[in-house]
Amino acid sequence: MPLRLAFAVGFLALALLAALQPWLRFVLTLALATGLAVLGIMMLLRAGQVSFGHALYVAVGAYTIAFARPQLDDVLLLLAAAVLAAVVAGILVGLFVSRYRDIFFGMLNLAFSMVVYSLLEKLYWLTRGTDGIRVARPRLFGVALEGARYEWALFALALVCVAIAAALVARYLRAPAGEALSALKTRETRLEFAGVSARRVLFQAYVVSAGLAGLGGGITALATLHVTPLLVYWTHSGELVFVAILGGTANVLGPFLGAVVFELVRVHAAAAFPDAWQMILGLVLLGIVLLAARGLVGLLEELGRWWGRRV
Amino acid sequence: MVGETRVSSPLLEARGLVLAFGGVRAADGIDLDVNEGEILAIIGPNGAGKTTFLNMVTGYLRPQAGSIRFRGREITGLTPRRIVRLGIARSFQIPQLFTEHTVLENLALQLAAREGFWAPFAPLLSRARSERALALLERFGLGELASVRADALDEGARKLVDVAMATALAPRLLLMDEPTSGVAASEKHAIMDRLVSALRREGVTAVFVEHDMEVVARHADRVAVWSNGKILAQGPPATVLADPAVHREVLGVEVAPC
Ligand SMILES: Nc1ncnc2c1ncn2[C@@H]1O[C@H](COP(=O)(O)OP(=O)(O)OP(=O)(O)O)[C@@H](O)[C@H]1O
Ligand SMILES: [Mg+2]
Repeated sequence: MPLRLAFAVGFLALALLAALQPWLRFVLTLALATGLAVLGIMMLLRAGQVSFGHALYVAVGAYTIAFARPQLDDVLLLLAAAVLAAVVAGILVGLFVSRYRDIFFGMLNLAFSMVVYSLLEKLYWLTRGTDGIRVARPRLFGVALEGARYEWALFALALVCVAIAAALVARYLRAPAGEALSALKTRETRLEFAGVSARRVLFQAYVVSAGLAGLGGGITALATLHVTPLLVYWTHSGELVFVAILGGTANVLGPFLGAVVFELVRVHAAAAFPDAWQMILGLVLLGIVLLAARGLVGLLEELGRWWGRRV
Repeated sequence: MVGETRVSSPLLEARGLVLAFGGVRAADGIDLDVNEGEILAIIGPNGAGKTTFLNMVTGYLRPQAGSIRFRGREITGLTPRRIVRLGIARSFQIPQLFTEHTVLENLALQLAAREGFWAPFAPLLSRARSERALALLERFGLGELASVRADALDEGARKLVDVAMATALAPRLLLMDEPTSGVAASEKHAIMDRLVSALRREGVTAVFVEHDMEVVARHADRVAVWSNGKILAQGPPATVLADPAVHREVLGVEVAPC
């Protein structure tokens, strides 16, 4: 199966990079976390819906870990709590936003995320405002890991989460409720005339996407060991959409390809051109949109086909 | 045929349906019964309100007055989703396909809508579902197009896929809005023959809007003639199609009855 092969090759490449360049371990862990959130965005994009507020669930996951850490000293339990909290938030918001489409859907998501942003900023006694909350490094399977070993463990854990999430989402997208996402985009009324609730189609995907963003946020919090309201600022939501388009929505590889390329371009561009890295990212996206409308994954497929014709 | 043998109560009863768009009365007191097992054709000029009637029955439009009963149950004002679950499916004058999906997937989505739609990890194209979808497509001569994307089909094929999708919902009452318009004349009759015999075999009641009088004469048990939101005449095709008033209204020309 080519997709599985692509994931296996990608994982190997990432592990190699992380081994050769120790500082990239951290960067790549964050990239994988972003990819998880983007995987959820990609599901919604299939339905033609763009959420400009999904950083909300990243923040819910991350802050859940910050709040729960004093009581919980276990990486896996903390991640489970992060996902659970994001799913609950996704259900509450999703029941409302799944009624709306297009610009209304996008803006309502943005509105919810901005409300949460200002709460995190204003409720200083609870959240310490813009300073954010430090997270004490938790144990993994009862073992307290230090420095590089913790980073390696978290990187490996992120890879495992990505493998599981990608496999499950890929199957979901092949199932009727997943296929119905693009049916919702092309002919929503026909779904209703078949007796299917289009709202439920979107709602289910929305809750899944919230859970994935929560997982990504949880991994981010465990990697940075510090959470701030910037996690839910609108630019972060925009960045998730940016990465989704960069990577492409053709399959579940796209979000991770997009996230890794995005983070690598960002760190290298930021190091080489401290004042111009945002412009460089902008140009990269412009290039993708103009030259490869189906994103990096589409580009990869084209390359594969071209190669196949040559040999 | 079957239409002549009156069953105790009709499958569908429309009474006094009224719906006006601005000044246009698209339905102006429609009374119509559809009996169990019959195949009813609706004919009438453009803008007579034929599609509006189907839209009201399927819950897409709500009549301003009147009532619709299906199997004795009031369905006026229910949503399309509720109504299709009660057993009324329809096809569309302008095909409504899922254009990012293949023909087979379009069919499979309809089949899944009836069962197993929410199973999160069972593929849409399971072997059993694909086979059933393919069998339905064969009935419309669409077998070869199974793996073609719906947005790449020509007009006639789009139309037939649209009808096949409605039949995939296995309704008790099937409503079809000009099922063969755009379909090549050479294929039209063969496809209608197969469709109608399948409907009769499966005991499906059907209503179809049609402009081709040959198709009407050949397949309908009964005809209802629409004109300006009213039913001008109804009865067996032989009688109705021979009526000079109907000729004037539907064909727009004076034809001496023969
Ligand atoms: N949603 C709508 N809004 C406004 N006017 C409408 C609407 N639907 C139908 N009409 C009008 O109602 C009248 C009946 O339209 P309808 O589509 O039912 O006719 P029809 O008999 O199906 O015609 P055709 O043979 O052209 O399909 C027309 O004058 C049409 O313009
Ligand atoms: Mg019409």
